[in-house]
Amino acid sequence: MKSITKQKPYTEVSQLLEGLDRVCVVGCGTCATTTKTGGIEEVTAMKERLQADGKLVTGFLVVPTACDEMTGEMESINAEAFRNAQSILVMSCALGVQRIASYLGRPVIPALDTMFIGMEMSEGSFFETCVQCGQCILGYTSGICPLAACHKGLLNGPCGGTNKGMCEVDKEKDCAFTLIYNRLKEQGRLELMSAYHPPKNHHVTLKPKSFKIST
Amino acid sequence: MVSTFKQALDSGDFVITSEVGPPKGTNLEKMNHHLHLLHDKVTALNVTDHQSSVMRMPSIAGCLAVLEHGGVPILQMTCRDRNRLALQADLMFAYSRGVRDVLCLTGDAVPVGDHKEGKGVFDLDSVQLLKTIRLLESGKDLGGNELDGAVEFCAGAIVTPEAQPIEPQLAKFEKKVEAGAEFFQTQAVYDLDNYAKFMSYARKFPVKILAGIVLLSSARMAKYMTENVPGIFVPQPLIDELSRAPKGEALRVGIEIAGRMIAALKREKLCDGVHIMAINKEEVVPDIIAAAGL
Repeated sequence: MKSITKQKPYTEVSQLLEGLDRVCVVGCGTCATTTKTGGIEEVTAMKERLQADGKLVTGFLVVPTACDEMTGEMESINAEAFRNAQSILVMSCALGVQRIASYLGRPVIPALDTMFIGMEMSEGSFFETCVQCGQCILGYTSGICPLAACHKGLLNGPCGGTNKGMCEVDKEKDCAFTLIYNRLKEQGRLELMSAYHPPKNHHVTLKPKSFKIST
Repeated sequence: MVSTFKQALDSGDFVITSEVGPPKGTNLEKMNHHLHLLHDKVTALNVTDHQSSVMRMPSIAGCLAVLEHGGVPILQMTCRDRNRLALQADLMFAYSRGVRDVLCLTGDAVPVGDHKEGKGVFDLDSVQLLKTIRLLESGKDLGGNELDGAVEFCAGAIVTPEAQPIEPQLAKFEKKVEAGAEFFQTQAVYDLDNYAKFMSYARKFPVKILAGIVLLSSARMAKYMTENVPGIFVPQPLIDELSRAPKGEALRVGIEIAGRMIAALKREKLCDGVHIMAINKEEVVPDIIAAAGL
């Protein structure tokens, strides 16, 4: 599982940093490194671009996993870089941005847009595979989630937009239900195509979702 | 008051439906013109629900206009724009105002329409919507609450006989039947042999099937649909026939083709009726019916 991000347009980053001239740039060694949006190369490139724009970069670093609570430790290790900065530009997903924002009492600016939680299916290709619905139906759908793989998130079969096995909305994308059908057929479990799925319970946990391990 | 459309379906007569689209804007003139032309030429008129995800006046407004003209409306309800509260609310409203027939659809995807950045809802899907209608008829809502006054609808759905692959489509068709669909209007059919195969399968189920007839207004339109519209395949001989039409005569040829197909479907008893879609050419629907000899 990875948090899939893309870089914001530099003009937006620049706008967010208006009046904040001393900047510390933080990347993430986990997801954002895999997606090449907030690894050491991208952090270094951002540092250079900010410097070219006349910003003072007080420090730049890539923390192992920006969303991890250990990120708090990085603050003390890099105390000077953080202390001297008016703002922290975070090149991680929104989880990392919020983690860092919770530690530092100064403006934290996201440099990335978080798009979805997904998997790398082949090198450099990421796909949304789970929408975290809280009621997993993969046991009925041969391990392919239609909530994620179908544009409309349908449960009971394909819409009329399925076209030669592809999706109407994106001709490059397989229709989720063709994939499910083919896999169930291979497994000799086509009767599962007939299973009726009732409307989803959208409040398995109330939004904002939370969970506590019971002790 | 029971559905006169349902009575027509049950009578065994060959049923003809067509459709109109509500206006984009508040000017009802064009829709009223179509209603004036069509309301007594067909058994019932579908009113589309933001067809192709293009924002318009709602289908319920068009249904009220059909009733005002003395026609029988079929309320098209998609799951794209309303959650389960709004869908149930609109069904109750429609029933209270005299609408007795509903066509349950998933709805086109939002990005194919004219509000590409909008959020698609799809809280329910078409199968769940059919079940919801049956639930509301029992006097209960999806929250398990009692209704003060229930609905009673003749509920239908759609099916694409030429979908590729066909098997997932048929699995959904069967779910729709199980969920309570009483009639089906099909996506456009042009290849009658292929359609006959579908019908020999569909006849096993206790539902009425209206074959979809989409008017081909030119060879270019026919080619475009074959290449771009999912589940529509216009055989080359029909495209050639339209291509051979003298300048300005393609529409007339298209009307002839549609009439000929309806006549063949009826003669060969391949369906219980037809649903004529003359997209943006609603005024020629009576000509199509006449060309079919009906």
